[in-house]
Amino acid sequence: MSGAAAVLHGSADHAARFESKAATREPALVKWGILAVSLTFFGIFLLLPLITVFVEALRKGWDVYFAALIEPDAWAAIKLTLTAAAISVPLNLVFGVAAAWAITKFEFRGKHLLITLIDLPFSVSPVVSGLIYVLVFGAQGWFGPWLSEHDMKVVFAVPGIVLATVFVTFPFVARELIPLMEAQGRDEEEAAVVLGARGWQTFWYVTLPNVKWGLLYGVILCNARAMGEFGAVSVVSGHIRGQTNTMPLHVEILYNEYQFAAAFAVASLLALLALVTLVIKTWVEHQAGKSSQQSEE
Amino acid sequence: MAASNSTRVLPGFGLSLGYTLSWLSLIVLIPLVAVFLKAGSLGADHFIAAVSSPRVLASYRLTFGASLIAALINTVFGLMLAWALVRYSFPGKRLVDALVDLPFALPTAVAGIALTALYAKNGWVGKLLEPLGIQVAFTPLGVLVALIFIGLPFVVRTVQPILEDLDTEYEEAAVSLGANRWQAFRHVVFPTVLPALMTGFAMAFARAVGEYGSVIFIAGNIPLVSEITPLMIITKLEQYDYAGATAIAVVMLLISFVLLLIINGLQAWTAKRTGRER
Repeated sequence: MSGAAAVLHGSADHAARFESKAATREPALVKWGILAVSLTFFGIFLLLPLITVFVEALRKGWDVYFAALIEPDAWAAIKLTLTAAAISVPLNLVFGVAAAWAITKFEFRGKHLLITLIDLPFSVSPVVSGLIYVLVFGAQGWFGPWLSEHDMKVVFAVPGIVLATVFVTFPFVARELIPLMEAQGRDEEEAAVVLGARGWQTFWYVTLPNVKWGLLYGVILCNARAMGEFGAVSVVSGHIRGQTNTMPLHVEILYNEYQFAAAFAVASLLALLALVTLVIKTWVEHQAGKSSQQSEE
Repeated sequence: MAASNSTRVLPGFGLSLGYTLSWLSLIVLIPLVAVFLKAGSLGADHFIAAVSSPRVLASYRLTFGASLIAALINTVFGLMLAWALVRYSFPGKRLVDALVDLPFALPTAVAGIALTALYAKNGWVGKLLEPLGIQVAFTPLGVLVALIFIGLPFVVRTVQPILEDLDTEYEEAAVSLGANRWQAFRHVVFPTVLPALMTGFAMAFARAVGEYGSVIFIAGNIPLVSEITPLMIITKLEQYDYAGATAIAVVMLLISFVLLLIINGLQAWTAKRTGRER
């Protein structure tokens, strides 16, 4: 879906700008009313679920918590999740850079269509994202008979999980880089080339330093989604314990077996991943804000 | 797609565009075409039967109804939250600002089981609602709660930058011309924010329609009552009814494409209204 990754913008607290002037200030009662309502809404719908994950995970004590994490099936799930992310994130990184280079450094017809098509996976329901690979590579799919003749498995095996993960994280890097590189224009790169730099040198020394924060931003959001994807992976996984179970799928299995403490223990790892992602994301926004202020000065 | 600029200085056009188009075709376009070809081979009768059985029709009503209500609720409260984050200073503001993106970062399955635990009869919120006779978990209301959770950041994050960029001069001018605070908001701020607000609404709605992970745990998945459309695809797949699953997937894909076009149009409108690049 477009907008799943907000476009990077520098963040700074401008509230004082509004609160210092009578014309842009609400009466205290209105202000406190808006704050109370919006923060209560925030607390109930965002904060409480997050706290719940950790409280439920530790409900039966640390022993049960750690036991759930070192159990072999949990380990296998953790390893598979890391593997899927380790393959799909670099693939999408390379794709994102190539797509952004082609789109922002050259003029060609159909550019807007191309950008829309790159964004397309965000609009597709995760379940449908999994289904499309079942239809192509599944037993009754296009390549199903050929694959089984050659004793290869894509669906209900690791390659299918990787493919589904690549699909759902497809636009992340590209959509961060395209607006950034568009805004930066081509002058610096053209100057470098005219001065004798080779293509890769130009990219490495001129383009990359300009877009590094956007790139990092795209990569961490891509990684969070890659490790956390549920619907698409669920369709292609086959749920074979210890083999094709990723962490989110393992959470589901444990939960459906009423092993709530264990399910929340594994879920707490994923929640920690989400928190780390948000911390890095906030830090990157801060850095990007600083460097854009510097370049304005 | 030939380069129209004959005086290209920068290298790598062929390589980068070629790679982009091949990878896009392999991962996205060809598999998506597969769905439509498979659906095309079904025959009209079978297709219509698959997408209009009573259980599937009930799932459309729930999916679209709950998505619409959730997006509306998020539009109201998301605007208030964005307003609070831009206009007011309060303790813990940076933490709140960072955590607004939680639904983007938290895996949907984790959100699903956490919401279920919260709203079950013995959960923190469920316990409070039980005496009032309100049951959330395992009812359509649970679906609504999950869709509110995943949709909130879309509204906040599309409205927030527009509010931040808003010059104070317009409101000051309105006040100096005799407008009160509410009139200044209603006639000056709101029209500027409206396109972004509608974009956020459309994005939250589009996301909610396709959502699966956070919903299925809390929904209870009772046929004709609390089954969402993506779950119907899963159910058909589990029965090895690939044709039926594909037919419903095609309906969902077409709806997603229409929503994508609407969102693109709204974003163009936002850019025009605010003079801001997307």
